[in-house]
Amino acid sequence: MNVLVIAEHDNKALKPATLNVITAASRFSGNIDILIAGGNCQDVAKEASTIKGINDVICMSDAALEAQLAEPLAEAVIQIQGDKNYNVILAPASTFGKNLLPRISALLDVQQISDVIEIISPSSFKRPVYGGQAIATFESNDEFKVMTVRATAFDKASTEGGQATIEEISFNSPKNFGTAFVGLEVAKTERPELTGAEKVVSGGRALGSKENFKMIEELADKLGAAIGASRAAVDAGYVPNDYQVGQTGKVVAPELYIAIGISGAIQHLAGMKDSKTIVAINKDEEAPIFKIADYGLVGDLFEILPELTKKL
Amino acid sequence: MKILVPVKRVVDYNVKIRIKSDQSGVEDSNVKMSLNPFDEIAIEEAVRLKEAGKASEIIVVTIGPEKAQDILRTAMAMGADRGVLVSTDLKIDLGGIEPLMVAKCLKALIENEKPDMVIMGKQAIDDDSNQTGQMLSALLGWPQATFASNIEIDNGQANVTREVDGGLETLKVALPAVVTTDLRLNEPRYASLPNIMKAKKKPLDNKQLSDFNIKLTPRLKLVSVEEPPKREGGEIVSNVDELLDKLKNEAKVI
Ligand SMILES: Cc1cc2nc3c(=O)[nH]c(=O)nc-3n(C[C@H](O)[C@H](O)[C@H](O)COP(=O)(O)OP(=O)(O)OC[C@H]3O[C@@H](n4cnc5c(N)ncnc54)[C@H](O)[C@@H]3O)c2cc1C
Ligand SMILES: Nc1ncnc2c1ncn2[C@@H]1O[C@H](COP(=O)(O)O)[C@@H](O)[C@H]1O
Repeated sequence: MNVLVIAEHDNKALKPATLNVITAASRFSGNIDILIAGGNCQDVAKEASTIKGINDVICMSDAALEAQLAEPLAEAVIQIQGDKNYNVILAPASTFGKNLLPRISALLDVQQISDVIEIISPSSFKRPVYGGQAIATFESNDEFKVMTVRATAFDKASTEGGQATIEEISFNSPKNFGTAFVGLEVAKTERPELTGAEKVVSGGRALGSKENFKMIEELADKLGAAIGASRAAVDAGYVPNDYQVGQTGKVVAPELYIAIGISGAIQHLAGMKDSKTIVAINKDEEAPIFKIADYGLVGDLFEILPELTKKL
Repeated sequence: MKILVPVKRVVDYNVKIRIKSDQSGVEDSNVKMSLNPFDEIAIEEAVRLKEAGKASEIIVVTIGPEKAQDILRTAMAMGADRGVLVSTDLKIDLGGIEPLMVAKCLKALIENEKPDMVIMGKQAIDDDSNQTGQMLSALLGWPQATFASNIEIDNGQANVTREVDGGLETLKVALPAVVTTDLRLNEPRYASLPNIMKAKKKPLDNKQLSDFNIKLTPRLKLVSVEEPPKREGGEIVSNVDELLDKLKNEAKVI
């Protein structure tokens, strides 16, 4: 059984979720290759070659792949698949993987499996549906399996001890895909990255303003935590879109998740209920978030939050 | 410019779903069904483009049971011009119609209708697949712009801002293209009563999925649907000191 993991990276370094996907790939007990496709991405290939459990690193560096748009990237994977005939193709269930993998599946005429949380056998998988309100088990009868993997459901593979060979393959698709990259506005932060953080402090609508949201930042900084938010807080403009946790935002599973002024709608819970310890601070003792919180504190966040930050 | 909007009928997002006791699926009798929220956003965007004079016609399409007519009527009450129902008895949430089949059926319709743009939801909130738009765009060989939070049409091109994990990405795609919507693209309107009445008279075309040349056997066999692991709510602490004590000495997370 040969498995291909499509790495997520920014042409300089691997995104950590790739390591979780490699652990998922190891469940197929076969050879695992990793594809680094991008522009001037040789450093990433080198980084990937030491990951434990990797057979070959395939490096495809081409100007047409630099922005990692789905159209050329899918063609790149189809080209490689034509040579190597992988049985399984995996990518992280991040916006990168979600954007790319269905394109590859359609071109290979495979029904993709999204957001896999458990690999029961090489053809049987579990995934959450209905915003995490149910877990479905599916058996795929496709010849190839193509799937995105929920990073939080698998441990990270070790970045040491591997000695993979790096194979450079050139991209031979000359097509114009009709898509041009214009720009990427990155929300810069010194804080830990949300999806990989050990601690997350999230704020909701109750914060009331962007200024008040600074109270969340102060607590997060005391704890060395990443910052998350409910959809309502993002919609109201307190924080950028990439802070959203939930069914349609990011999925996190830190050691500690503190939800402040968040009611606990199903769609929010879908993104955080696998956290190890959950703390909820809310003035409404009936708020649904308390039903899943390990520790609940009922009260006004504008009194509790400063006290908590001060006493830490 | 003609815009095609594929829409799905799903369990309303406010409903707490119930799993059938034999684990064969999710209870769907006597459950409130609605337009998939992301598809509502897609319709709203198409209607705004029409109001701005950029689009001339909006066609809404759904693949589903006879009853799915109701969401087409809702879409037409919001401003879509006509609807196409592709009927099937197969389940549309899990263990029946799959994104690849939907994409193949939409492709066939699109080759016939020749729209200049497809705007659709990024994700159906029942199967949470997030696949159909990307698949459709691959099958058509069209550009894709997924997870859109802003769309501007200009000179046969669409400038699309996308919500990605790292922030906001902007793409320029040549039309025809497939664009999928994210939550912050717009806030869908409510249909007014006069518009609901008017929508009843708008044309609604009926087709059968079995008349399309698509194999209708699912590639993914649904084995079971279970409750997720239950999370027990813990305790209510009385103050900040108690909380800190628990976090330090019991949970040992700080
Ligand atoms: C298709 C779809 C997808 C969605 N995806 C997501 C998603 O990915 N993520 C997400 O988060 N949401 C998502 N939502 C939205 C979700 O349904 C909720 O609307 C949202 O999570 C509510 O955010 P909130 O808890 O901040 O606001 P509210 O529900 O308004 O809750 C605010 C809470 O703050 C409490 N409060 C108020 N004042 C104070 C105070 N002074 N001190 C302490 N507590 C106070 C209140 O008691 C209340 O519980 C989605 C919705 C749809 C339809
Ligand atoms: N049965 C269907 N009929 C029409 N459109 C659909 C159907 N299923 C999915 N779609 C469209 O595809 C989008 C993504 O769905 P999914 O890939 O299932 O998450 C939805 O938001 C709809 O726009």
